[in-house]
Amino acid sequence: MNSDLIVFLVLSLVAIATALGMLFSRNAVYSALFLVLNFVTVAIFYLLLGAPFIAMSQITVYAGAIMVLFLFVIMLLGAENLAPTSDLPWQKPLARLLSVILVVETIYLLFSRARTDLVVTAPDASLNTMESLREMAMELFSSYLLPFEITSILLLVAMVGAIVLSRREKGEK
Amino acid sequence: MVPVDYYIALSAILFIIGALGVLSRRNPLIIFMSIELMLNAANLAFVAFARAHNTFSGQIFVFFVIAVAAAEVAVGLALIVEIFKAKKNIDIDEMNSLKG
Repeated sequence: MNSDLIVFLVLSLVAIATALGMLFSRNAVYSALFLVLNFVTVAIFYLLLGAPFIAMSQITVYAGAIMVLFLFVIMLLGAENLAPTSDLPWQKPLARLLSVILVVETIYLLFSRARTDLVVTAPDASLNTMESLREMAMELFSSYLLPFEITSILLLVAMVGAIVLSRREKGEK
Repeated sequence: MVPVDYYIALSAILFIIGALGVLSRRNPLIIFMSIELMLNAANLAFVAFARAHNTFSGQIFVFFVIAVAAAEVAVGLALIVEIFKAKKNIDIDEMNSLKG
């Protein structure tokens, strides 16, 4: 067993455990904090996969900005513990049934399909991070320039949308 | 050396956990967080394949997915706050105003 595999297994245990913690926490604040831990673990995976820029974006955008927004809204609304007010008794069993079907399907797919012999090697210690970053930027701003510009428009639309939604009309108290 | 299959398996497990959250939880904020988890699982598979094929396209896709997720969260959370202001409650079963 090589060291890469050990690091991978330990990190995946942490990732799965934090994801399950997110799913089963009664308190939404704990869920959000578990999810932050999960995002940081995935960022470490990105570093192992030789994607330092994506790892840093993951931490600043997901673990930083998005989860802080989530925590703000949870605390603002006092939505830590919502009392179950269910008037659809068939919904929970149906959700469980669908979940079990999904799990079985995925396990079947994982074990039945033809295996690839692709492997992921750990990033070389001598690899120049700046060089790979430059190559990625070259590709981003040449082949993917149009999607990049569309993304900037999308972010502008989201910003305007959020402002319009949370703005108070005149005369409304 | 880690086979890319292991990364795909991990990605699938995280995706399933996110889907379970969407199906079984009632709190819309936790459903939202589960969607983020599913996006993350897909991103992990993208980066693993990008590494295995030695290309940057996968990483650039992940960059776009992160930007779209940020936009989605900004609008989604604003909507949840608005619904709370209107109904004083954000239970997912109460959000049926558009029902005919």
